[in-house]
Amino acid sequence: MKKVIMGNHAVSFGAMLSKAEVIAAYPITPQTQIVEELSEMCADGRLNAKFIKVESEHSAMACCIGASAVGARAFTATSSQGLALMHELLHYAAGARLPIVMANINRAMAPAWNIWSDQTDSLSQRDTGWLQFYCESNQEVLDTVIQAFKISEKLLLPSMVILDAFFLSHTYEPVDIPDQAIVDAFLPPWKAEYTLDINNPRAFGALAKPDSYMEMRFDMHRAMEIGKSLAREIDEEFGNVFGRRWGIIEPYRLDQAEIVLVSSGTMASTTRVVVDSLREKGENVGMLKIKMFRPFPAEDVAELLRGRIKVAVMDRNFSFGGGGIWAQEIKSVIYNVEASIRPVVFGYITGLGGRDVKPDVMEEIYFRTKGSDFPESDSIWIGVQL
Amino acid sequence: MSQIKIKEFVPAEEYLASGHLACPGCGASLAMRYALKALGSKTIVVIPACCWSIIAGPYPQTSLSVPLFHTAFETAAAVASGVKAALDIRGNQDITVLAWAGDGGTFDIGIQALSGAAERNEDIIYICYDNEAYMNTGIQRSSATPWGAWTTTTPTARPKSHPKKNIMEIMAAHRIPYAASAAVAYPVDFMEKVKKSKRIRGTRFIHLLSPCPPGWKCADEESIMLTRMAVQSRIFPLYEVENGERYRLSMDHSGSPVKEYIRRQGRFRHLTDKDIDMIQERVNDEWERLLRKVKESEDPE
Repeated sequence: MKKVIMGNHAVSFGAMLSKAEVIAAYPITPQTQIVEELSEMCADGRLNAKFIKVESEHSAMACCIGASAVGARAFTATSSQGLALMHELLHYAAGARLPIVMANINRAMAPAWNIWSDQTDSLSQRDTGWLQFYCESNQEVLDTVIQAFKISEKLLLPSMVILDAFFLSHTYEPVDIPDQAIVDAFLPPWKAEYTLDINNPRAFGALAKPDSYMEMRFDMHRAMEIGKSLAREIDEEFGNVFGRRWGIIEPYRLDQAEIVLVSSGTMASTTRVVVDSLREKGENVGMLKIKMFRPFPAEDVAELLRGRIKVAVMDRNFSFGGGGIWAQEIKSVIYNVEASIRPVVFGYITGLGGRDVKPDVMEEIYFRTKGSDFPESDSIWIGVQL
Repeated sequence: MSQIKIKEFVPAEEYLASGHLACPGCGASLAMRYALKALGSKTIVVIPACCWSIIAGPYPQTSLSVPLFHTAFETAAAVASGVKAALDIRGNQDITVLAWAGDGGTFDIGIQALSGAAERNEDIIYICYDNEAYMNTGIQRSSATPWGAWTTTTPTARPKSHPKKNIMEIMAAHRIPYAASAAVAYPVDFMEKVKKSKRIRGTRFIHLLSPCPPGWKCADEESIMLTRMAVQSRIFPLYEVENGERYRLSMDHSGSPVKEYIRRQGRFRHLTDKDIDMIQERVNDEWERLLRKVKESEDPE
């Protein structure tokens, strides 16, 4: 059934179809419609779940942790400051190996207060042990929520499904809402192996001394590594069942491309248009859209960028004293490419705090990259008027 | 109360194994033992950072024979809420969810989650074992530390300058179905309160005085006696509050001088007689206030 719905409601439908059993959430702009819709779904019986209306995002994640530890499918959604407030427990959920799924609406951090799109909130959580998926369309959002549960429950690591504030959260698009029975077959109920079970009592999360903590971390690392191929397999399986695939990384018109624009989230839609228009003008340019940021698809990125001349990374985020975060990741990954065929990476900072990244901005980025042999600095800020 | 033979009252089943890591004389280890005897095997325990994160034993050990989830400092009530919600949705109605936290995790960092859970009237039992400071990190003041006490962050030159936060009043103000104070020196009273909690639905809160010999600077073997003195001197009265309004004293307290209780503990060694007189005055005032509430409960206007 197709419905024209906003990105936030695509999240809610994803959680409903995934049969989340415990939802705990706290409202924050621009996430609120997710929990409003889920409250309705729980109230009118479309979703048989316990909805805990908590007093903070910190407690939202804590409730999800408790529920997941019993073996229930747990879901929450947040954004920006709310995500930052959860930070401690993001580490906790991953360390406790709980497959919680959360939607995060990319929103800028305060101060200054800003409710618009910016990836710094979720990228600040990159070291918490959560898988991260950046989505481009409402359909992708709904599908990714369902996929995320399946991936997380196999890996025993939590997943964050990420969408841009307003560009996606509040934008209405036609979305195919799959039949419940088909989703049920793709995503059967989760049967946790280790739970808080009175018939088999165990202690979870106890003090681990230096002789065992590192092994637990290594296990998480191994799960993350498997996550790359697993996410690809599950996406393929999803494609076979639902007729749609998203990939963990998407090469667009990379044939013969000398310069590659690296894009994510809704910026990728604009990049696609810009690449088409530049190609018409005879420019050898393509796009690499990266959906999966954690685990970072390092091998794919290195393979697709190998032999290109230049890479322009568009970062809607900034790590102070460092640079654009996607650019840092890409630089790190292509260090493994032989120096003679290693492209030069240009890092552009653009669209912070929801500033529009229009096609002419991307064209400027492309031509600046084409016109220089090396970047003038580690991070080139676009459109800043001082 | 004195008629009850403890051996007959206390179930033989043990849910706390020997070999746990509590210090000698620790009230909290005894308290857990009694609480689980009262609750039985169908119990899931949630423990935030506190002495009990250590007492239960490091990975891969546990001293409890019921499921235990160690969680972050400020989340006992919220994690317990999630555990209960998951049990509910899975149709397990007969399992008790027990959040078990120290005074730091309850009075201070955990109070927001506790207040949230109480406002939602989550169907959980929350027991705060109060040893009146951050004992697990080496005796720093908490908002449960009494006025005048020495801790490592309230040295004797500037001891704790504010009175202990009244957690019972805070919980009663949430109008939860059941709140009670208890003390490890009165195990039968404590277990009765735990058993009563088990029969009630909604948020139940027990504030348990639980001595810490290293933190209170007393002899290991004095902890039970000191706790009894705290109750008898009315510095820690035992009472129940139902639905935030029906107050009932659990036992008659003789009103022995607080001085005897204070003078036996190294953490109060620096206090002058004048200081102790002031404490006595406050205890008298609080006692009068409590009696008024008990009386109002008995004769509603």
